[in-house]
Amino acid sequence: MKEIVTEAKSLGTVELRIPSKAEWVAVARLTVAAIANRLPFTVEDIEDLKLAIAEACTYVIHASSGADTIDIICDTGPADLTIRVRDRGAIHPEAAPRRPAGGSVEGLGIFLIQALMDEVKHTPEGDSGGELIMTKRVGS
Amino acid sequence: MDIKVNVRESGGDAYVVELGGEIDVYTSPKVKDAITELIDQGHYNLVINLEKVRYIDSTGLGVLIGGLKRVREHGGSVNLVCTNPQIRKIFDITGLVKIFGIYDDETEAQKALV
Repeated sequence: MKEIVTEAKSLGTVELRIPSKAEWVAVARLTVAAIANRLPFTVEDIEDLKLAIAEACTYVIHASSGADTIDIICDTGPADLTIRVRDRGAIHPEAAPRRPAGGSVEGLGIFLIQALMDEVKHTPEGDSGGELIMTKRVGS
Repeated sequence: MDIKVNVRESGGDAYVVELGGEIDVYTSPKVKDAITELIDQGHYNLVINLEKVRYIDSTGLGVLIGGLKRVREHGGSVNLVCTNPQIRKIFDITGLVKIFGIYDDETEAQKALV
């Protein structure tokens, strides 16, 4: 029997710039959910992505020194979504990713991103800004 | 984006904080204020009902952890009511299931208070 394989088309890249303020994080979350909804992710995957992007934005808001905006670039592959979160200030990655212990909240956001996404990279760039790159694959 | 906070007495010296909507970096201060006010008034046994919460992030978790730490200093406790599998998953991933009592309904959570 011939197997029929249906491939999702790549949707390209979607870019979003939001003010680096708490009240705008929900916009990033809803935008990423809408993009993820175009790919064959499960509802649970989309919830994971919503939490990951919110944590990334929250991290940038708290860790960055004085950036006015956050750039969110979503690259959609046939079966994955890579999200790059950039700011234009200096990120101080002292919130080391580790499993929170004894009720500690330090690093909880980064820990969640690592737990929910398939790949996470962080590239601090001194005073010119930093970038958090995270990928989730369909069916992972 | 919305958060609803409803505080009510539930018998004994226990109080229920019923939350609804989304708890994130923007809305969590409102939740923190409600919990802090109860603790400042001397109420150290709390049930926080998350049944109507659609979303919670690390700042929301941080508020719950902060509340738990404060009531424990006074010999109290915080039990959670959580039936949403996605939210339950976040407690599982972070290991917070080990420090909070998490129950499927409010009556059970109230009975389990110290």
